[in-house]
Amino acid sequence: MAQTKRKMLVDPLVDNNPITLQVLGICSALAVTSSLQVAFVMSIAVTLVTGFSSMFISMLRNHIPGSIRIIVQMVIIASLVIIVDQLLKAYAFEISKTLSVFVGLIITNCIVMGRAEAFAMKNPPLASFIDGVGNGLGYGLILMLVGFIRELFGAGSLFGLTIFETVNNGGWYIPNGMLLLPPSAFFIIGLLIWAFRTWKPEQVEDAEYKIQAVESH
Amino acid sequence: MGLRNFFDRIEPNFVKGGRYEKLFPIYEMVESFLYTPKTVTTVAPHARSYIDMKRIMTYVVIATIPCILVGLYNVGFQTNSAIATYGASGWRAWIIEALGIGFNPANPLANILHGLLYFLPIYVTTLVVGGICEVVFATIRGHEVNEGFLVTSMLYALILPPSAPLWQVGLGIAFGVVIGKEVFGGTGKNFLNPALTGRAFLYFAYPAQMSGDTIWTPVDGFSGATALSVTASDSYTQLAEYGVTWMDSFLGVMQGSIGETSALACFIGLAFLLITKIANWRLIVGCLAGMIGFSTLLNLIGSDTNPMFAMPWYWHLVIGGYAFGLAFMVTEPVSASHTNLGRYIYGALIGVMVVMIRVINPAFPEGMMLAILFGNVFAPLIDYFVVQANIKRRAKRNA
Repeated sequence: MAQTKRKMLVDPLVDNNPITLQVLGICSALAVTSSLQVAFVMSIAVTLVTGFSSMFISMLRNHIPGSIRIIVQMVIIASLVIIVDQLLKAYAFEISKTLSVFVGLIITNCIVMGRAEAFAMKNPPLASFIDGVGNGLGYGLILMLVGFIRELFGAGSLFGLTIFETVNNGGWYIPNGMLLLPPSAFFIIGLLIWAFRTWKPEQVEDAEYKIQAVESH
Repeated sequence: MGLRNFFDRIEPNFVKGGRYEKLFPIYEMVESFLYTPKTVTTVAPHARSYIDMKRIMTYVVIATIPCILVGLYNVGFQTNSAIATYGASGWRAWIIEALGIGFNPANPLANILHGLLYFLPIYVTTLVVGGICEVVFATIRGHEVNEGFLVTSMLYALILPPSAPLWQVGLGIAFGVVIGKEVFGGTGKNFLNPALTGRAFLYFAYPAQMSGDTIWTPVDGFSGATALSVTASDSYTQLAEYGVTWMDSFLGVMQGSIGETSALACFIGLAFLLITKIANWRLIVGCLAGMIGFSTLLNLIGSDTNPMFAMPWYWHLVIGGYAFGLAFMVTEPVSASHTNLGRYIYGALIGVMVVMIRVINPAFPEGMMLAILFGNVFAPLIDYFVVQANIKRRAKRNA
């Protein structure tokens, strides 16, 4: 095994980030990043689900018939998501209401499924667990960055604590309403990808089409 | 020619290998603004035309002049009329009093001056902030700064309400230039209209300063609904009670963004663009047909609860941003469709969408901005299908 365990954990944070490089899990990244608190809970939930689902799938990998592997993976992932959902409802009801359907939709998060298919089916349990947690953290990192920008400039607060006093409460800051709308996360994620690829040029993809240079005769 | 000699003398500093090589786009911008470009194509195809991009862009700016003039007059007129009731305050009132011109709404010169005091700060902010974004991208990416930005900044300033806070103006144009144009590769590669992108950003980010009844005349305490919001809440037949006749809307003496109130001024600009062949008439035909057809259809359907259904097409034509958008934004060659059949479809799509948003969507009284952006996004797709249909037709003929 060439990859060290440390590299498995750190690699998905920047160099192989599931959102900015693989562009997976965008849907939930748009929906749950309007406040940092919600983004934080979502990051933990996805990290746990990805880590444990990868581990369990890896344990069973030699017993899963290839033709029905997707169904088996889905059963494991779905069970874990239900556990997370029930835990949130029991101990953090307010947040679970804000997250609403998006906890349930972790099942369809491409990152979870992607790691199960691409990594856990071919690697031992511990490595799969670390890989899953690493990818969950990479997802969480982007979620927190986007949530930070959206909550700070959209509502003038961080984790619900007021940083900029808004005009409605007698302060000076006029909040940017667009940042509270989900589409704004598209712009922010796009700009983040731009920033990441300027920082790490090896992430830039080859152009699909090349404009041919005009030849002189 | 002293100036030409000056440019020739300093040019070696800016070309490749020169001391200020990195600043070449800025040098090129100033030089080509003053003189025709002296570079010639070295390889085929060689096309010779007097209409280059610089000429096109300058023509569009010239075409906006009637809108600017009527806009200045209207802003000043509305402000001076409101000042009679609510009183004047702020630095603009101070300047006008210092000049001894006064606030008489019957004096056209006083109106234009007062309008200028609102328009100039917005326009200068747009030019400075947008210009900085443009030059930064041109310097880093090594492309040219061209007159396209003059068009963007003029159109952008004309579609803002006169009371827009200047920091919001700057933020909007920065967003428009960077996200609407530069991320796609700059002028000629922008599939969205940069001026409208900036305006849409402001509309969603700061709705309190960009929509409503209190922003169209920049006097504290004044509240005046735009023709579209009156129509949405009451009926177009009630407009007369608010002192807005069809002729007022046509000439542009009413509440609205700086440059878009006068349909007449927009049509003069449009006529200029059509005569000089900058604007393609197919876009206009499509957009008019879509708007007239769909609004007539809605007239026939009718509605008991929504008075907008009853608004006839000749009112749609003159109120809100329809005329301005039709003249300067639907006709923008880069973001519109490029095939002739596609142009009819593209125009019709915008015409239908603008009526649909105005009449059927209760959240937005005005729909021109969103309709054009919607059309922009669909333009490449329309072209694709037109081209594919043509390929199929020819393949069948030659089979």
